[in-house]
Amino acid sequence: MARFVVRRMASAILLLFAVSIVVFGIFEVIPSYNPARAIAGRNATPTTVAEVSHKFGFDKPVYVQYGKTMELIFTGQVIDYNDNLNVDAQFAQRFPVTLSLVVPAALLWLVASIVLGSISALRVGGFADRGIMVAAILGVSIPVFLLAAVLLYLFAFKLPWFPNTGYVPIQDNPAQWAYHLFLPWISIAILSIGFYSRVLRSNLLDMINEDFVRTARAKGLTRRQVFRHHVLRNSLMPIVTMFGLDFAVLLGGAALVTETVFNLPGIGQYEAQAIGNLDVPPILVGAMFTAFFVVLFSALNDIVYALLDPRVRLTA
Amino acid sequence: MVIPDPRSDTGHPHPEAIVGTSPGGGTTGIVITPGERVADPWAEGHHPPAIGPWKLAARRLRRNYVAQGFLVLFLVLVVLCLLAPFYASHIAHIGPNTNNVTGTINIGGKTTDVVSPDGVPIGPTFSSRYFFGADSNGRDLAVRLLYGGRTSLLIGGIATVIIIVFGTLVGLLTGYFRGVADMLLRPLMELIWSFPVVILGVALGTALALGGIGPVKGNSLYIPALIIGVVFIPYLGKPIRGEVLRLREQDFVQAARVQGMGSWKIMTSEILPNLASMITVFVPMMLAYAILLEAYLSFLGAGVQAPNASWGTLISDGLAYIQTTPTFCLVPGAMLVLTVLSINVVGDGIRDALDPRAQVRVRT
Repeated sequence: MARFVVRRMASAILLLFAVSIVVFGIFEVIPSYNPARAIAGRNATPTTVAEVSHKFGFDKPVYVQYGKTMELIFTGQVIDYNDNLNVDAQFAQRFPVTLSLVVPAALLWLVASIVLGSISALRVGGFADRGIMVAAILGVSIPVFLLAAVLLYLFAFKLPWFPNTGYVPIQDNPAQWAYHLFLPWISIAILSIGFYSRVLRSNLLDMINEDFVRTARAKGLTRRQVFRHHVLRNSLMPIVTMFGLDFAVLLGGAALVTETVFNLPGIGQYEAQAIGNLDVPPILVGAMFTAFFVVLFSALNDIVYALLDPRVRLTA
Repeated sequence: MVIPDPRSDTGHPHPEAIVGTSPGGGTTGIVITPGERVADPWAEGHHPPAIGPWKLAARRLRRNYVAQGFLVLFLVLVVLCLLAPFYASHIAHIGPNTNNVTGTINIGGKTTDVVSPDGVPIGPTFSSRYFFGADSNGRDLAVRLLYGGRTSLLIGGIATVIIIVFGTLVGLLTGYFRGVADMLLRPLMELIWSFPVVILGVALGTALALGGIGPVKGNSLYIPALIIGVVFIPYLGKPIRGEVLRLREQDFVQAARVQGMGSWKIMTSEILPNLASMITVFVPMMLAYAILLEAYLSFLGAGVQAPNASWGTLISDGLAYIQTTPTFCLVPGAMLVLTVLSINVVGDGIRDALDPRAQVRVRT
């Protein structure tokens, strides 16, 4: 276990390093992009631009700039170019919004897709199976931002059942919190429900035809027992992997379109604004933030794997 | 003794292969006495044709009417988008990027501003001009919808070609040579893989949209196509590599090696044909992913750049008017969903047709 943790941490640091280099490099190789001009404003004279450039160190060699930026990020002093806000503070302040958007949505899609995928596989070829699969293929064909827009139009404007925008912190009023976040949850969950239930269904159908399932039935276990302990448990493996990654990416701000459409002040919205303004520090911090969660959840994944399957040992 | 004809999947014995041995040894019940020549039970013209896996797949696909229906829908959408220049010049009489802020049009004898003095564009007229209304620059949305479709499909198509070519190449090289190729290519793949597609796509998109690469301008359509292609390469490369690792240990590859075949020849003539069905399954899947990612990037402003339109940018533009004129956002949205849906359904059909277990599965 100690060995596992150490190796995972080493690879995590390596990956974070690589991600920061790549993102920094991407913006560094663009010839026409001059952050000094962005900071100095639209009507700045060349002298002002040069001054800003000097102040922020954009006239230094690339590796010096990189080192300086990393130092600022890890000491919590990095500011964005457009509004001169502290990026780390923005992330800290906005993270609870993203959490309350992503965590319930993830629970929703996990439970729904396991239930729907199982029903579909157990009633294969039947009415329920066809209905679920049609819904699932529709779900994976709609881009998230369009679904969010359609839900907003139908259930906030056309039928005023839900508020159209805004966020209420859970500690202020849990009922209002859930009421305001219901449509965003649905719009995030639908895509994953469609995707996961399709994958789970085909895994289950592969597994049902395995020899050990017949053996388990032959030795007298009921259908329910066999399904729950042998078939479902084995079919959940790929789902666990997918879930870890998707969840990590969403926590890192990949819900940016949902946050933008529903005007939720989470980190995704901040990243989306930064993308629109070509503001490098938030994009850089956002990418590293996401990479951090990806590494964390892939390590957790391995632990869950070992729990689900006793043959797996934590060695990687 | 009956030797089943390997070319026939129905298992009918090929009469030429019957070598007389013991009577009653065959499953067909034809009694053969040694030395006697048997009359061909499948005389000329009644011989069941040999069927290869591709033919079998095509046969299964021909019975899948749902997939065929959606294939037709997809082709109709493609043809509609290809006809965009015709629509623009002969019906709407306006180009996709022609502004007309101060213009007026005549609907049913009433003259209306294309864009009202306070900047609100006209809604759907359902006549030849401004069929779906205008945008805030007075551009015809129906024309932009069709041109946007061309953009989305073109980018999706180019990206898919990049994914298939380079994904297969990377998978083949790393799977076959392992060692050096693995050392060079795998870290790169792992890096792209562990990067969330959206973040990498967005970072590259915003960066390149501004500066372009070399001679390619920042607002060129090839930039999003290239980005989407690169981002998805590991999605094909990884499974291909796994399959190549399995195939290279198979007897027929060993046999080819023993015969003195070179590595390149083995890869192209022994391994690649065995990857064909896997790649075929990935083509529609990757096309659907690419079109969706293009819309996503364009929505965020990191994909297709002005003045070009794509379904993603049109949805994004239309979102501002969702309370007053939802069709601005819903019409391009419907086009996008129909296209991706039809690709997905056809892709499912192809997968089921190529996967022999698909038949077994349905019966369980």
